[in-house]
Amino acid sequence: MASKVIMPKLSPTMEEGQIARWLKKEGDKVSMGEPLAEIDTDKATMEMQALANGVLRKILINEGESAPLGQLIAVIGEPNEDIASVLAEAPALASPKPAAEAAPKPAQEPPPPPPAAPPAAPTNGRQAGSTDSGRIIVSPLAARMAADSGLDLRSIQGSGPNGRIIKRDIEAAMTQPKAAAAPSFQPAAVATASAYRDEPATQIRQTIAKRLVASIGPVPHFFLTVDIEMDRAAEMRESIKALDPELKISINDIIIKCTAAALMQHQQVNASFQEKVIRYYEHADIGVAVAIEDGLITPVIRAADQKSLSQIAAEVRELAERARNKKLKPEEYTGATFSISNLGMFGIDEFTAVINPPEGAILAIGAMTPKPVVRDNQVVVKQMMRVTMSCDHRVIDGATGAKFLQTFKKILENPLYLVV
Amino acid sequence: MPTITIREALNQAIREELARDERVFIMGEEVAEYDGAYKVTRGLLHEFGPKRVIDTPITELGFAGLGVGAAMAGLRPIVEFMTFNFSILATDQIINSAAKMLYMSGGQFNIPIVFRGPGGSAFQVSSQHSQALESWYAYFPGLKVVMPSTAADAKGLLKSAIRDDDPVVFIEQERMYGNKGEVPDDPDFTVPLGVADIKREGTDVTIVARSLMVPVALKAAEQLQEQNVSCEVIDPRTIRPLDIDTIVESVKKTNRVVLAEESHPICSVNAEISHEIMERAFDYLDAPVKRVSGADVPMPYAKNLEQLAVPDVERIIAAVREVAYLD
Repeated sequence: MASKVIMPKLSPTMEEGQIARWLKKEGDKVSMGEPLAEIDTDKATMEMQALANGVLRKILINEGESAPLGQLIAVIGEPNEDIASVLAEAPALASPKPAAEAAPKPAQEPPPPPPAAPPAAPTNGRQAGSTDSGRIIVSPLAARMAADSGLDLRSIQGSGPNGRIIKRDIEAAMTQPKAAAAPSFQPAAVATASAYRDEPATQIRQTIAKRLVASIGPVPHFFLTVDIEMDRAAEMRESIKALDPELKISINDIIIKCTAAALMQHQQVNASFQEKVIRYYEHADIGVAVAIEDGLITPVIRAADQKSLSQIAAEVRELAERARNKKLKPEEYTGATFSISNLGMFGIDEFTAVINPPEGAILAIGAMTPKPVVRDNQVVVKQMMRVTMSCDHRVIDGATGAKFLQTFKKILENPLYLVV
Repeated sequence: MPTITIREALNQAIREELARDERVFIMGEEVAEYDGAYKVTRGLLHEFGPKRVIDTPITELGFAGLGVGAAMAGLRPIVEFMTFNFSILATDQIINSAAKMLYMSGGQFNIPIVFRGPGGSAFQVSSQHSQALESWYAYFPGLKVVMPSTAADAKGLLKSAIRDDDPVVFIEQERMYGNKGEVPDDPDFTVPLGVADIKREGTDVTIVARSLMVPVALKAAEQLQEQNVSCEVIDPRTIRPLDIDTIVESVKKTNRVVLAEESHPICSVNAEISHEIMERAFDYLDAPVKRVSGADVPMPYAKNLEQLAVPDVERIIAAVREVAYLD
């Protein structure tokens, strides 16, 4: 039976994909799980795998052409099978919704082992009859209970017929976390991402949120600027280099490390606004804005608070390199808790960065330049750097942000704080 | 409270209403001289005389029409069908005259008539005399359809039906005339039409049952209690108007429901109730609505096959265990 190959959802924000390269040509044999094509999404170039066994009978979208999610882009079938009826359906498949349902599975995941019988043909983006097609079988009551209590149905094993999730499964799931609730941080959806704890947004917090959003858009920004003396940070960088020329630490790496250290002291800033709750993160997952050919992307340094400078430096280099080659996986550029954007290398003294929701803040780092400053009533020349923090006012108030910057400035001006 | 049979309860209801309102009369085949084929009208001819208790020829369409005319003229007839199987002959009068007269006369003519008699399965009287017809009558706007399951309900509901200003189809159960129950002897005791009764309270599964299925469901609930499954048994008592709210409230509590009925499954009353539950309690269902119905075949004459065609305790228990995910 002929199987439809549809444009899969390969990134959280993807709406259409462009075929970068077909890895098989018409007439080639393909087996389930084999790479079929490379697809350019809005963020990266991703591999798409075949979900059926057979022969690639027809390619409908050529290299360089784009298709919206869920659109039929190719057909896999038996060598002599009549696929006219499948091709005839092509326009009807354009609806993106079914694909979106089937999609949350990253393409990298190994596909299910091929069943003995001819594999069920994916239809409308769903793998019919396949239990891991993403279709969740759940009773209406259980679905509502899960929604009410914020349980993720994908994490629950159903005990009813066909694995249907029923009331007792939800009840069991609801009692489980209670027993293990002692650690106040919940594991994040992405395995490596920071754990977090949700605290109900107080009435006053919600009112502040509503009023501010009404005033200046969905994320009410405000800005705090501070001048930081960078002589000691620069000194430290030179000392490390002298210690081991192999250790390539940049000022930016030191800034990331100091940011993470300051965030650990100011948890209110390492937070995001989630409508009904304010989410506080356990670790500092720092997004680092990287300019790429046709835009920018923010690869994430997970748990930067726990990593050494050299680890951070190596990771930033590696991620930035892959970002420029558009080879980042979605989990590598989503889910930061705080971001840093540095335009110092372009000679920008000062700028404001736009917060990447749902993060609560972003630091805009200007260039480090020698400037005359007054120290002990003397005009002296110091390496100065201007930093502007954009804050989401729904989570962070002026004083909260200012206190964070104070700490950040203190650590960056005296990087020895990193070790004490 | 005296304990009497459903037969006696119905007899009391008719006697009390004949005595209460001189516009009330009863007619049908053998209702007078013979005291009724099932002895529901025992003694009434002697007490109220041949003007109020009238034997008719074997002409269902004729005497049903006579009743509709009498109702239009201001009387309150009770028309007994020897069984509801014979009401099929009278459906034109019931459906086209009684049910529609108020509407078609622009509200000029109420039809305060009761069509009553036994329906449902009987013992070994075969296909033509052993069937459930309530879904036919419940289909038509203008008719009320009542099916009692206890002696008290039989009396209270029949009195309400006789006092009602609209045509009421009142279907008794042939196998249940001898069932006994406590019945208030207060002559003003009535049971309102359109109100369901919770025959047994429970928390795990709702069983909706009417007529003959009520005692069967109660027996099933008793056995299920021993298996630690708590069943709530709801008897709608009136099919139209249907007290869906009571059923939905129960389903919201138990999240699971079994619908039991003697009738064939297709286009049955429970097909309708199932839809109503889906529509009004969708978010409360933890399992698909399960029906237990009569077999989709003409009623067999053979005793063993007849038993298999009517839902029993075992089938209701199996259905309850299925929706409770116990098997």
